[in-house]
Amino acid sequence: MAFAEPKEAFPGQVVPVTIGSEIQETFGGENTLPFHKFEGSVPNRPLIAYEIQDVPPEDWPETVRKVYEGVSDDPVKWARYCEDELKARSIALRLVGTHPDSKNLSADDAATVVKGVLDAVKVPIIIMGSNHVEKDAEVLPRVAEVAKGRNCIIGKAQEKNYKTIAAAAMANDHKLIAMSELDINLSKQLNILLTQMGFSREKIITDPMCSALGYGLEYTYSVMERIRLAALAQNDEVMQPPMLGDVGMYVWKIKETQAPEDVLPEWGSLEERGILWEAMTATSLMLAGAELLIMRHPRAVEYTERFIDELM
Amino acid sequence: MLIIGEKLSIIAKRVREAMMSRDKGPIQEIARKQYEAGAGMIDANIGPAEDGGEELMEWMVTTIQEAVPLPVCLDTTNYAAIEAGLKVHNNDHGIAMINSTSNDPERFPMLELAAKYNCLIIGLTVGKGGLPADEEERAAIAAEIMARAMEYGVPLENLYLDPLVLQIATTQDQAIKVIRAVEMFQQLNDPPMKTVVGLSNISNGCPKHIRPILNKYYFLMLERVGLTAAIADPVEMKEAMEEKELFEKVLQGQEIDDKEKMRVMKKTIDVIMGNTLYAHSYLEM
Repeated sequence: MAFAEPKEAFPGQVVPVTIGSEIQETFGGENTLPFHKFEGSVPNRPLIAYEIQDVPPEDWPETVRKVYEGVSDDPVKWARYCEDELKARSIALRLVGTHPDSKNLSADDAATVVKGVLDAVKVPIIIMGSNHVEKDAEVLPRVAEVAKGRNCIIGKAQEKNYKTIAAAAMANDHKLIAMSELDINLSKQLNILLTQMGFSREKIITDPMCSALGYGLEYTYSVMERIRLAALAQNDEVMQPPMLGDVGMYVWKIKETQAPEDVLPEWGSLEERGILWEAMTATSLMLAGAELLIMRHPRAVEYTERFIDELM
Repeated sequence: MLIIGEKLSIIAKRVREAMMSRDKGPIQEIARKQYEAGAGMIDANIGPAEDGGEELMEWMVTTIQEAVPLPVCLDTTNYAAIEAGLKVHNNDHGIAMINSTSNDPERFPMLELAAKYNCLIIGLTVGKGGLPADEEERAAIAAEIMARAMEYGVPLENLYLDPLVLQIATTQDQAIKVIRAVEMFQQLNDPPMKTVVGLSNISNGCPKHIRPILNKYYFLMLERVGLTAAIADPVEMKEAMEEKELFEKVLQGQEIDDKEKMRVMKKTIDVIMGNTLYAHSYLEM
């Protein structure tokens, strides 16, 4: 009898999400576990977005800050650099300057930055607030309006502010990042609440909350894995949006990406260490199911893209 | 099925205040309500009760037994308070129960009391380190507690094994493991071991309106695999027993006339069995 390769087929499918207007990118859409092309269909590559921000990245460590020297003082230049020089497929603009503990920039200030960036580049844009529940609820509706027609991703909506932000994303036809804090049941609950207010599940990107390698990555990994299994094996519709790994901001604040070589020579090259740390965190999360990644260092992105090449 | 009324717990504000001011009124009223709803025993949870525990437990036992002809389940980690309660317990109303011993050596002295006063005792299947991962681990701990009970001279028919119900909202996969543990515990002896659960913990952390639903149907799923006793809300359990036949039909995949009830039962069964992921709004999906 001929050998029949055992294959696992699932009833569910991840929702494919397309973002951007002039240039579009699609991620998600698979009906099998990450990269299991031998068992099902994986129609789209994971999408990596380069992270930029509205204010100069003073708190980024040297390794990643120096890459953007000369452009990071201006979000428009920075975005152009990512698109033209780094060939970014997508750009994630984080409005950290709006945080009350940062520069406390207003919603109008943020709108100006967003407009500048949108006018400067063609690739799909992800626009994120400062992760301050109240301030995001002020800023994101304003920038969602400015970005109307560009089919962006807006975020992050959380349990405490999702109504305002989701309404703005809905009114201006954007996609939405729904974030919960490392709890699969609350993640599901947030997606239910969003769909109950009429927000299409096909426009949600689930962010189960990221963590860096060595700093709880296994929790994120496990939650993502379980979300994906619920989507595929249990055909749980609200768990079928693609997932986000917001990698850069978690990786580039830990000791391993900052401790100098003269202090910890046994840890090896600081630059290589940081780049590999970001690439390892990103590739791990892709294996757990993340289809959208936000990253900072071009070489980490390059490694991750090569990894995707090999698996696709 | 023995229902042990859970309502006299120090966690409830009204009960705590009555305990502290030694106001018999609310205590006896709550005891009576539970008795009328079919409770066969009344749990008296006085917390760790480090100061004045003995006198408080004595007062609780006598206050409850003045109002209702039931035995009391003495619920505290305070050894001396348990003994004080046992001393005044009126055995004409039935045999008292100790809540509880476990596989933690600090809790072994409770077995001494169970032997000395020839009363019932709950054996919580947890050890010193962490929560049990699955039904097998629970059964292994149960076997150790049984051996310990015999060593202390507690007859196995006086031991009620408790698999430790966990919150479905945070540890959904444990719900089905607890049901399997109740099945496994019974096989640890012939005649079968008795089992008990702290039922309402299943819905701890869930929205108020779905708590009774989860409590009732989880109870029915445990009841059908042979659970002996449940520390629970007797009013809810009475309702559960009234729905038992319908629930069994739904569980067997049959149709029932009340479509809304059928939907709620099905969704709850799916969440308990782990067929769908729990979310606070699981009934609305």
